[in-house]
Amino acid sequence: MNSQWVAVIVTSVLCYAIKYIGHAIPEIWLAHPRVQRVTNLIPIVLLSALVAMQAFTTKTKFMVDHRLAGITVAIVALTAKLPFPVVVIGAMATSAIVYRLKI
Amino acid sequence: MSVKRDSLSVGLAVGAAGVAFGAVAVADHFTVAQACFLSLVLFSGASQFSLVAVMSAGGSPLSAIITGTFLGGRNGLYGVRMAQILKLKGFKRAVAAQITIDESTGVAIAQESPENQHTAFWYTGFGVFFFWNLFTLIGALGAKAIGDTSAWGLDVASPAIFCAVLFPRLKERKLLIAGVLSFIWALSITQFVPAGVPIISTVVIAAIVGWK
Repeated sequence: MNSQWVAVIVTSVLCYAIKYIGHAIPEIWLAHPRVQRVTNLIPIVLLSALVAMQAFTTKTKFMVDHRLAGITVAIVALTAKLPFPVVVIGAMATSAIVYRLKI
Repeated sequence: MSVKRDSLSVGLAVGAAGVAFGAVAVADHFTVAQACFLSLVLFSGASQFSLVAVMSAGGSPLSAIITGTFLGGRNGLYGVRMAQILKLKGFKRAVAAQITIDESTGVAIAQESPENQHTAFWYTGFGVFFFWNLFTLIGALGAKAIGDTSAWGLDVASPAIFCAVLFPRLKERKLLIAGVLSFIWALSITQFVPAGVPIISTVVIAAIVGWK
C-alpha cells in the first residue's frame, strides 16, 4: 500500500472517531447550565471563523478579492429577506462575474 | 416544508463544490478511487483539501494525517451539540456521526423547533453527502474540463451558505458578540499559525462569552 493510501485511510478513520466521540459524550457531563451555554455558542464561533477563512484568506494569508463581492450580495439578500437559494446563487454568480472580469 | 427545500438547496450548492475537490485531488496526483474514498469515508471538506494539499506539497503522510485530523476536530464539537438535540443511540447515532459537519449542524441550529432541527440535520447531512460524492466523482473524472473553480463561483458557495445560517442567530446579543469576535480573531492570527488553528481556537471565545 502506498503512502497516499495510508494517509487517506488513517485520516478518514481518525476523523470519524472524532465525530462519533462528540456524539457519545455522556449527557450528564453536559447538563450544567454553563456547559450548555458554551456548547450552544460553539457552532456559532466555529462557523463565524470558517466564513472569515473561506471568504478572506488564500493559503492562510489575509486576502480581499472577488469573494468580497459575493459575500456582500449574500448579506444584502439576507437583509432583504430573500429566499435561501437566491442568497447562495446570487453570491456565486456575482463572485464568478467579478472574477471573470478581473476587477 | 421550506426546511426541507433549504436543506436540499444547501446539499446541492455545497455538494457541487465537490467538483473542486475531485478536480484538485486528481490534479495533485491522487487517484480517482482515493478522491472518492475521501469523500465517502472522511467526508469533511476542509480535512480532504488539506490532506491532498499537504501531500502534493511534498509533506509526509504523518503531517497530512495530523493536519487533516486537526481540521476535522470541530466536527467532534458539533457532535456534542447535535447529540443534545438529536438524542440518538446505536446505529442511528453512528450514521448521524458520519454526517455531522459544518452544514448539517449549521442548518439544524438555525431552526426554531426541535422537529425542524431534526429534519434540517438529516436532509442537509444526506443531501450534502449525496451531492458531494456525486460531484467528487464528476470532478475527478473531468478535472481538465472544469478548469478554474473560482470562475464558477464555487469558492463562495460555502461562506455564503454560512452567512445565511448565521444571520438569523445573530439577533441574540451574546451570539452576535461571540460571532464577530471569532471572525476578527481568526483573520488576525491566520498568517501566524498552522491551518485549522484560527477556527478551532475560537472555542476559547465561546467559553469566555458563555461563562456567565
